[in-house]
Amino acid sequence: MHNLCLAIVLSPLLGALISGLFGKKIGRAGAHWFTIIGVGVSFALSLIVFLKLIVWEEPVFNQNLYLWLSTGGLNFYVGFLIDELSATMMLVVTFVSLMVHIYTIGYMRDDSGYQRFFAYISLFTFSMLMLVMSNNFLQLFFGWEAVGVVSYLLIGFWFKKDTAIYANLKAFLVNRVGDFGFLLGICCVFMYFGSLDYGTAFSMAPGIQDEVMVVVPGYEWSVMTVMCLLLFVGAMGKSAQVPLHVWLPDSMEGPTPISALIHAATMVTAGIFMVARMSPLFELSEVALSTVLIIGSITAFFMGLLGLVQSDIKRVVAYSTLSQLGYMTVALGVSAYAAGIFHLFTHAFFKALLFLAAGSVIMGMHHQQDMRKMGGLKKYMPITYWTSLVGSLALIGFPGFSGFFSKDAIIEAVHLSHIPGAGIAYYAILSGVFITALYSFRLVFLVFHGEERFDEETRSHLHESPLVVTIPLILLAILSIGSGAVAITPMLFGGFFGDGIYVAISHDVLAELGTHYHGVLGMMIHGLSQPPFWLAAAGVFTAWFCYLRRPDIPAKAVSLVGMLHKLLLDKYGFDRFNDWFFAGGTRRVGQVLFRLGDVAIIDGAIVNGSAKVVSWTSQITRRVQSGLLYHYAFAMILGLIFLLIIFVHQIFLAT
Amino acid sequence: MGEEIRFLSILIWLPILGGMAVVFSGARFSEVFTKVLALVLSVITFIISLFLWSRFNNDLGSMQFTELVQWIPAFGIQYALGIDGIALPLIILTTFTTCIVVMAGWVVIKDRQGFYLGAFLLLEGLMIGVFSSLDAVLFYVFWEAMLIPMFLIIGIWGGPRRVYATIKFFLYTFMGSLFMLVALLYLYFKSGTFDVLALHSLSLTMLEQKWIFVAFLLAFAVKVPMWPVHTWLPDAHVEAPTGGSIILAAVMLKLGGYGFLRFSLPIAPDASMALDGLMIALSLIAIVYIGFVALAQQDMKKLIAYSSISHMGFVTLGFFVIFQVATNTGDWMQASAGIEGGMIQMISHGFISGAMFLCVGVLYDRMHSREIGDYGGVVNTMPIFASFMLLFAMANAGLPGTSGFVGEFIVILTAFKAQFWYAFLAATTLILGAAYTLWMYKRVAFGEIKNPKVMELVDVDKREFFMLASLAAMVLLFGIWPDPLFDMMHASVEQLAQHISVSKLP
Repeated sequence: MHNLCLAIVLSPLLGALISGLFGKKIGRAGAHWFTIIGVGVSFALSLIVFLKLIVWEEPVFNQNLYLWLSTGGLNFYVGFLIDELSATMMLVVTFVSLMVHIYTIGYMRDDSGYQRFFAYISLFTFSMLMLVMSNNFLQLFFGWEAVGVVSYLLIGFWFKKDTAIYANLKAFLVNRVGDFGFLLGICCVFMYFGSLDYGTAFSMAPGIQDEVMVVVPGYEWSVMTVMCLLLFVGAMGKSAQVPLHVWLPDSMEGPTPISALIHAATMVTAGIFMVARMSPLFELSEVALSTVLIIGSITAFFMGLLGLVQSDIKRVVAYSTLSQLGYMTVALGVSAYAAGIFHLFTHAFFKALLFLAAGSVIMGMHHQQDMRKMGGLKKYMPITYWTSLVGSLALIGFPGFSGFFSKDAIIEAVHLSHIPGAGIAYYAILSGVFITALYSFRLVFLVFHGEERFDEETRSHLHESPLVVTIPLILLAILSIGSGAVAITPMLFGGFFGDGIYVAISHDVLAELGTHYHGVLGMMIHGLSQPPFWLAAAGVFTAWFCYLRRPDIPAKAVSLVGMLHKLLLDKYGFDRFNDWFFAGGTRRVGQVLFRLGDVAIIDGAIVNGSAKVVSWTSQITRRVQSGLLYHYAFAMILGLIFLLIIFVHQIFLAT
Repeated sequence: MGEEIRFLSILIWLPILGGMAVVFSGARFSEVFTKVLALVLSVITFIISLFLWSRFNNDLGSMQFTELVQWIPAFGIQYALGIDGIALPLIILTTFTTCIVVMAGWVVIKDRQGFYLGAFLLLEGLMIGVFSSLDAVLFYVFWEAMLIPMFLIIGIWGGPRRVYATIKFFLYTFMGSLFMLVALLYLYFKSGTFDVLALHSLSLTMLEQKWIFVAFLLAFAVKVPMWPVHTWLPDAHVEAPTGGSIILAAVMLKLGGYGFLRFSLPIAPDASMALDGLMIALSLIAIVYIGFVALAQQDMKKLIAYSSISHMGFVTLGFFVIFQVATNTGDWMQASAGIEGGMIQMISHGFISGAMFLCVGVLYDRMHSREIGDYGGVVNTMPIFASFMLLFAMANAGLPGTSGFVGEFIVILTAFKAQFWYAFLAATTLILGAAYTLWMYKRVAFGEIKNPKVMELVDVDKREFFMLASLAAMVLLFGIWPDPLFDMMHASVEQLAQHISVSKLP
């Protein structure tokens, strides 16, 4: 197992190094072969690990690799923990990554940075694997930041584009705000548990459940609450939860394959994974869980709304990702960690599919991303169309498709939960279903149906994408249909995650849900009579009516609710506020501190000022040495008189 | 002794005498011969320092490779040398950096090249002297002598405002050192010895300790530099030639940090404890305030200079947070992580800031500008260089997997145990450090080429590649596996922590 893990992690790294450092020598084909083989090996071995753990029921593997450092009598290791949770994640990461690698051959065919691109996505796979396979907080943080860097590199892949290099800096800095909290959370773990090892921390956590700490004098807060909230700030950055979501829509400046891999299927779900991994900690703080729930439902509802007004095909999918991440976070908040991971699992396939399909459309349209200039693409790109449709049906939770099982489970779980905030969250995510269906099918209808809104020139070049593009689409489509039905029984109700996820008995909504669960078919039939289904159907119908039947309605609606529409187009003003307050504010503070503090006070007044005082004093004192004899004689006489006075004075005193 | 090879003396005097030979050779022999001589000398010194490491016993907390010769017996002044696990990594950092610096001056310096390279070798010997002196007068002599070659390097080969910068640099540091001299003299009259280790065990009242602490503080704080005595550094860096900036940032700043560990903390532990609030406050101001100031810079060297000050704040924070950690946890062992974190931060900063200044030097040699605004789109013409610079920028922003992360991480972890808000303020560097470093990188490397001069840039040559690659190797090595460095220091730091934990009040 030890060697297996090493090979899983190192083979993508090796591929990345080869195509990154020797890209020129091995050429374009060399670059994609080396990296695809690297990731392929990693996927195959991950599959073996998965089988070993699940089918052959080998014990959980937890071993340190090497001593990173020891200081102050405490040791920090790098090591692996392979349980059901990490094995699932490994499978998702390596599979989607493999698909994206293959897809990239087609998508980036004409790009001059071909080798560099493959090096980056393989490096990403390495980093992500390090993150999910870690057995301690240190390595988690390493992977966490490393995926952030690769994301930075890939968003700014087209480094000549001003918008791209603005977006990548923004993404990195917003993520750093999250990491700031995450790091403090790790500090908190280290202080109270004396170790960064998961096992140690989790086993000691119940012991300090009642301990309090004083952060703000006069207030005593539960240690577990502070710890979990700090850790969750990290998750909010990486998994783009309000208000740290602002980087994700802009990250669409990167090439589409990485939007699928990084900004939909894997990296952005790292926060979800992390909280699930930390379930033994979060279970000890109801305040933290409630916060998670509320942040998640805000994200799920409000970010979905934004998807309704976007006209860029990738941005619609990006807002949909934000909203779905909100659903996962909501699941975490009601302690339905398994449901959150399950949704992560199905979402990885259908969202990667939607992005790759969008990429296929963009290729066909010669890098046109505006949906208002598409339409009727169904007959030109049938495979892309059908796979997109599958992805969209999965996304809106149509019974039978993978998203149905995971989303319904979350909605039901929230319905059963008694955590403060669950009531509002239920309605937020329920109405989210309608919104999801509306923007998803708005996309489908605008892009693939209706009249063709592009010119003859574009039409003449329009054709279905090559096999390297369509095969990943088809494979992902199969999983988008099947993965839910296959996985739901074990994952949610079969104790699949074992000790990897811990749920306090009083919070265990999934167990309660399990008592009503009668197999896949039962759930589907039951689903047909439930509000989510009808809401989704209503959404699809509305989309059909507004965008195919009566295309004049949206414009009228816009004029009717002008303010709301403006607010949505403005993305609730987050970007404007952040640019003005945070980006502008820190620069202004820097300017003021520099000009006032360093230049004016320290250098101007004190340093150069003291030099001036010295020179001024010497200007005056030098006059004393005039060189004229009578000046000196005069000074001598004055001195003599002075001495005489003292002398006389003393005589008088004596007598 | 006697039979033993006197490694430390060799390490001090080989570069000093060698440096003189290089100066002489520069005046007499060909340029190539002079350069090769300087390179050979610096590499030999580096190899000897590695040899020193191989013979160093990590398990001993006491001084090793000690040498003792009477120098001025009438005043009890000795030529006493010795190193522990705190001095050793700094010595290796010095010898490594000197090799880089000699290579950095290879083609760029045209004027009095022998003199230039000789000055660096001389400086190297003197700095090693500082790190290995166990006699206060010897320490002071090396300490002050060091100013002369640095003064000349900036004053002769510096930029247009070099005179202002050198005088500022000299006066600032010299003023600080004078107070240290007074403190050392007071200690001598009190104890009758200049033996540093004897001074460690000298019992002093709180009032005496406080005065001594403040006197040392003035000397060391200027060197580090701590806020508010830092303004000489940006000026010195901006005017210094590339090699001067590298050595200044990589090694000379560390002398201040070393001084705290060798003098302030062990000689005045009670005063250090009493005044730790002040030290922590100054460190945090350095981290946060200077982080903001760095954002406002338009000149690359100034920006990196400010980032140095901010990063050195972690060093002093780590050193002085230990008292509160020990009080809170009741465990000096845990507290000692602060010292080790600070030490690692110093070493890592040596590599990273040296590399950053080298990067600016590489650009400056081609464009003769340090203004960020003059660049943009460098990655189009210099992709290899841009990749290196990105690595160093990320390291500067404290990315895990690079050495820049290790020190900050350990210091923040330790500071959290003292007080939540210390860690909170220190951790802002995660955001600020990334903001100023990557924003600079964005403006320099990314984007369309706007300046036609950038269009003509050629990528790094083999010499530059070699320098950048060796620094990159260090940054990655100690980011991925920092334990050897910690291992080297454990015993010595433990002993130091033990020593500090005992009150010296009579």
